[in-house]
Order: sequence, then structure tokens, then C-alpha cells
Amino acid sequence: MLEVQNLSMRFGGLLAVDQVSLDVKEREIVSIIGPNGAGKTTVFNCMSGFYKPTGGKILFEGKEMQGKPDYKISRLGMVRTFQHVRLFTQMSVVENLLVAQHRHLNTNMLAGLLGTPNYKAREQKSLDRAAYWLERVGLLDLANRDAGNLAYGQQRRLEIARCMVTEPKLLMLDEPAAGLNPAETKELNQLIISLKEDYNVSVVLIEHDMSLVMDISDRINVINQGKPLASGTPEEIRHNDDVIKAYLGEA
Amino acid sequence: MAANNYRHALFCAIVTLIISFPILGLNLEAQGVNITLTGAKTSTYIAIFMAAVAVFVFQAFRDSFMGMLGKLPTLNPLAHKEPMEQSKRVKLESWIMTGLLVLALFWPFFVSRGSVDLATLVLIYIMLALGLNVVVGLAGLLDLGYVAFYAVGAYTFALLSQYTGISFWMALPIGALLAGLFGLLLGFPVLRLRGDYLAIVTLGFGEIIRILLNNWTSLTGGPNGIGGIPDPTFFGMEFGRRVKEEGNTSFHETFGIAYSGEHKVIFLYLIALVLAVITALIIRRFMRMPVGRAWEALREDEIAARSLGLSRTAVKLSAFTIGAFFAGFAGTVFASKQGFISPESFVFLESAIILAIVVLGGMGSQLGVILAAIAVTILPELAREFSEYRMLIFGAAMVLMMVWRPQGMLPMKRIHIKLHKQE
Ligand SMILES: Nc1ncnc2c1ncn2[C@@H]1O[C@H](COP(=O)(O)OP(=O)(O)OP(=O)(O)O)[C@@H](O)[C@H]1O
Ligand SMILES: [Mg+2]
Repeated sequence: MLEVQNLSMRFGGLLAVDQVSLDVKEREIVSIIGPNGAGKTTVFNCMSGFYKPTGGKILFEGKEMQGKPDYKISRLGMVRTFQHVRLFTQMSVVENLLVAQHRHLNTNMLAGLLGTPNYKAREQKSLDRAAYWLERVGLLDLANRDAGNLAYGQQRRLEIARCMVTEPKLLMLDEPAAGLNPAETKELNQLIISLKEDYNVSVVLIEHDMSLVMDISDRINVINQGKPLASGTPEEIRHNDDVIKAYLGEA
Repeated sequence: MAANNYRHALFCAIVTLIISFPILGLNLEAQGVNITLTGAKTSTYIAIFMAAVAVFVFQAFRDSFMGMLGKLPTLNPLAHKEPMEQSKRVKLESWIMTGLLVLALFWPFFVSRGSVDLATLVLIYIMLALGLNVVVGLAGLLDLGYVAFYAVGAYTFALLSQYTGISFWMALPIGALLAGLFGLLLGFPVLRLRGDYLAIVTLGFGEIIRILLNNWTSLTGGPNGIGGIPDPTFFGMEFGRRVKEEGNTSFHETFGIAYSGEHKVIFLYLIALVLAVITALIIRRFMRMPVGRAWEALREDEIAARSLGLSRTAVKLSAFTIGAFFAGFAGTVFASKQGFISPESFVFLESAIILAIVVLGGMGSQLGVILAAIAVTILPELAREFSEYRMLIFGAAMVLMMVWRPQGMLPMKRIHIKLHKQE
């Protein structure tokens, strides 16, 4: 489904990502781990079109993605969250979910002004989908709060819900457990598994919380200082000497 | 208090002296062919000195002053009331709106011609501010050249009427569409710009349009402007004492009433009222539509918006175009009201006033913007004696507002959306 081949990203003199490869199959959870500054987020930024990679290829369902504008990549079904939550803080929780479903605004401008039945039906569908996902992540009661007033854990869940209403095929989560307490992390764990099992979404996960990563990943890629270090099943990674060294060396 | 504070205060006081002394303390007087430099009265010198002292005191104790200012809302009896329940608030708001509207409909028949004329101007400003509210308040794009689109609307009508004899009703959509087109055209080069950069480029655009109108004498008449812009007609009936165009009838003859110059003024007012209401309703509708939410999303976080598949180009251009469209509307009405326009009506100050209305009213809030438009247009008229100090009062009001209530008089409230639980 997704194939990243020899991806490189250079910022001036710094080679932040160096020949990283990655592949994700349907309904698979693949994790990227690595010490701070390893280049994980940069890989995401290349995949989601925020950066134009300086080398390598990104194939999504057989089509080349590198260099495409971010919003087009998102419309094709590759959607991401951010390491630092990026919500529309002054808009309400539902509105956050509605905005995510507004990709084709130009077509229904007039229909919206006139309030045609077709337009109303579509709006209702967006509302229903928003309600469904709010219920799913336990935020339905807070639907009309400002998103910026939510607790941190709730904001994280809202961000995931906001991706899910776009009905993505591949979800990229950048450190979704950062700042969550153990109970919340456990909920997140179940949510991610359910995304894969019940909604047929593939997930690429960047995470520092090793127990979470080991628990839910089908496969893990380790990068260190921009370079791929190892890849394999959680079991293989756990016993890989290079990985142990890199992590112990850092810690 | 830190010594640093006093040093800063001293600096400010000296700057005050440096600036005000040559301006107020020295006079150039013509004596025959010669010009001599004379000093001012002693009282002026004392005043300058007092001003410097005042600046020093304020700057030295600024933190405590600002702190006191911050506590002021407690004087406001409404400040600590629980926010009203959503449904109640919406009801109250629509009652206020309807009440205002009914009042606005009948009011012109009981007041003087001058008041109606002023009210028409207020309505024009309401249209402008509502349009700019889309660009600045909702989409978060700081546009300092908004007056250019107003000018496009006004000049479209003026020029078309001069060269083709077009009527007001034909010019209204054409002017608005053309202004919208200009908005679209301006949108392209500034797509990537944000904040200060955007402000500067739009400011430049506004000036380009004005200077173009000023210098393209062969077409626009330059600083002399264009006159003889026709009044609107009422189903083909003219409001003049005598019919100007062959084949038209006049309003007062058709209805068999005595001619009065007031008919026209009231009619123009009613047109402006209807157009302002239409503007408010359409934009209100936009705010609850995908486009409106996309504007706000772009204001809140452009990167997140793009990551969800919103195209920055489409969202920004739609905001610019729609904002400009309503400025064109207002421009056409303005041209018809004045009967004469020149580039002088479209200076930067106008942009600044419209922007001030939006900021004072509360970004994104329609009721707030309408109230602010009324206040900003009418207060200077009521306080004619102070007209010299108009800009000073204006500036002071803005500064106070930013300190005391940065969100504006009536900040925007989110629309409550009812959701049904899904299976
Ligand atoms: N836009 C940029 N310009 C220059 N350097 C950058 C840029 N973005 C990232 N970098 C650099 O690239 C390297 C990798 O950063 P990246 O954010 O991808 O790390 P990370 O693996 O996500 O780390 P963390 O675990 O702390 O989030 C860092 O050295 C960073 O300073
Ligand atoms: Mg990172």
C-alpha cells in the first residue's frame, strides 16, 4: 500500500533523513522509533507533503507522492496528526470535525446559499459522521466546547477523530501518547488497534513509549541519526544488538 | 520600581519634547516677503513641559496604571453575570436584530433629511465592515487596502453611467462582480503572504488603485472626479423634479404626490438598508457553511487545515473575492448617493476606519461590527466641536480597547450545533 524507498531529506549541511525505506501493507501498524532528533518527524513531513524530499521515492497505492502538495496527498487518503497537537483552538469540537470534511467547498457554494436538499443531506451526513466519531473517542458531551479548552488527552483524541472523519486509508500518528497518563495510553492503545481492525486503516506510528509500540506494532523500523538502523517484528527489534546499543548509548 | 523603568520614562519624555517643541513652540510668520521664526506664547511652553512630565509619570508607573486598567471590568455590572444560555442568547439576538430592522424601516419618515443621509452612510459602512470582517475577522488575512474594492465598485458605476448611461440597478451587480474579480486578482500574488507582509502588500494595492484613478485623467477625470452619477430609479421612475431620460416617468407624478427632495434620500436609504441586510444574511449563511468554517480553520492553523485536505488557494481566494464583492456593492451605493466621486473618497484612512470598525466590534461578530459601524460613523458627527481631535480620540479609543477588551465589544460566539447520537 505504502512504499517509501531510500528517502532522503537534506537541510543545508544537515542530512536529517538518509536513505530510509519503509513499507506498509493494508491493515498493518508499522512503527518508526529512534532517539530524539533521529529524523522521524521529518520522514512524516516528507510523506505528508510538507517537505519535498531531496531524494528517494514515496509510492502510495502505486502512485508517486513525493513533491505533491500536502492537501492533495491528504485527499488521496494519507492523513497525519502532529507531534504538537494542532487543533483549530477557537472553533468548537464539532466544527473541528466538520472542517475536516470540507475538501470540495467550491462546488457547493451556491448550493449552500440556496440550501438545496442535496446540500442539506451532505451537511447532515458530515454531522452524523462527526457525532459518530465524537462518541467513539468519548467527546460527544463536549461537542460544543472550544477545542482549545479541552484537556490535553482529549485534544489528542480529537485530533485522531479529526483525521478519521476524512475516511483515510493510511493514518500517520506522530507521538500520539506523548503527555498522556497510563490510563489514557491504554485507551489509545485500544483505539489504534480498533482503527486497524474495525475501520481497515493502516497506521504508521512514531512513538517513544516502548510498551505501546511493542504491544500494537506489526512491524517496527528503527532509525538513528537519519539512517535506518533495523527493521522487523517487535520480537526481533527487542533482541537486536544495534538497537539496544543505540538506545542504551543515548540513555 | 526598577531604574530601568525611569530611564525609559525619561527617554519617552525627551522624545515628547523633541517632537512637540519645534511643532508647537516655533512659528513661521510671514512679514512682507520675508519669513521670520518667532517663539510661541509662554503658556504653550508650559503646556509642552507639562505634557513631557505627564508622559514621564505615565511611563514610569505604566505597569501599575495598566494593572488598574485591567481591573476596570469589575466596574461593569454585567461582567460577572453567568453567560446566557445558548438558546436564550440566540433568541435575544434575533429579537434585537428584528427590532432594529423594524425601527430602521420606519425611522426615516420621521427625521430630518440630514439624519437619513447620515444613516445611509452608516449602512454603507456596515456593508463594508461586514465584507472586511470576512477577510480579516474570519479568514484572518490582514487587508489594509480594502478601500480599493470600494473604489472599484464606485468607479465602475460612475464610468459606466458616464460612457454607456447604465442605470443603478444594472451597475449594482456589475460593480460588485468587478470588485470581486479584483479581489481574486489581488489574491493570487499574496497567497503565500501572511501577517505583516500581507498587510503591506494589500496596503500598496490600495494605493495603486487610488493613484491610478488619480492619474488616469483621460478616463477617470483624475482628481476632478466624475459627477452626474444617476440616482437609483424605482421601477423605472425617477426621483428628480423633471424627468431626465426620455420615456421615463417621475415618482411624484405617478403617485400624484407633491415633489419632495426627501423621497430620493429616503429611497436611497431604504436601498442601502435592504442591501446591508442582504449582505449580513449572506455572510451569516457563509459562516455556517463549509467555506466559512474553512476560512476560520485557515486563520486558526494553516498547516493543520492543509493536512486535512483544504486547499489554501481556494480558501484564501474565496475570502478575498467575497469580501471584495460586498465592498463593490457598497461602492455602487456610495457613488449613487454622492452623485459625484473622486479619488479623495478612497484614501487609506477609509481602509483604516473600516478595519477599526471590525476590530472594535469584535472580529467575526456581525452584531458587534454593526454596532461599531454605527458608533464610529455617528459619534464624530455628534461631536462636531471636537472634529479637530477626531483622529486623536479615535486612536485613544483603539488603544484603550486593545488594553481593556482586546476581543472587541461583542466577540464572536460559536454557533451551537446539535448532534444526534449515532449507532
Ligand atoms: N525545517 C528544518 N530545517 C532544518 N533542520 C531541521 C528541520 N526540521 C528538522 N530538522 C532537523 O532534522 C533533525 C531531525 O528532526 P526530527 O524532528 O525529524 O526528529 P525526530 O526524530 O522527530 O525527534 P523527536 O523525537 O525529538 O521528535 C533534527 O536535527 C532537526 O534539528
Ligand atoms: Mg518528532
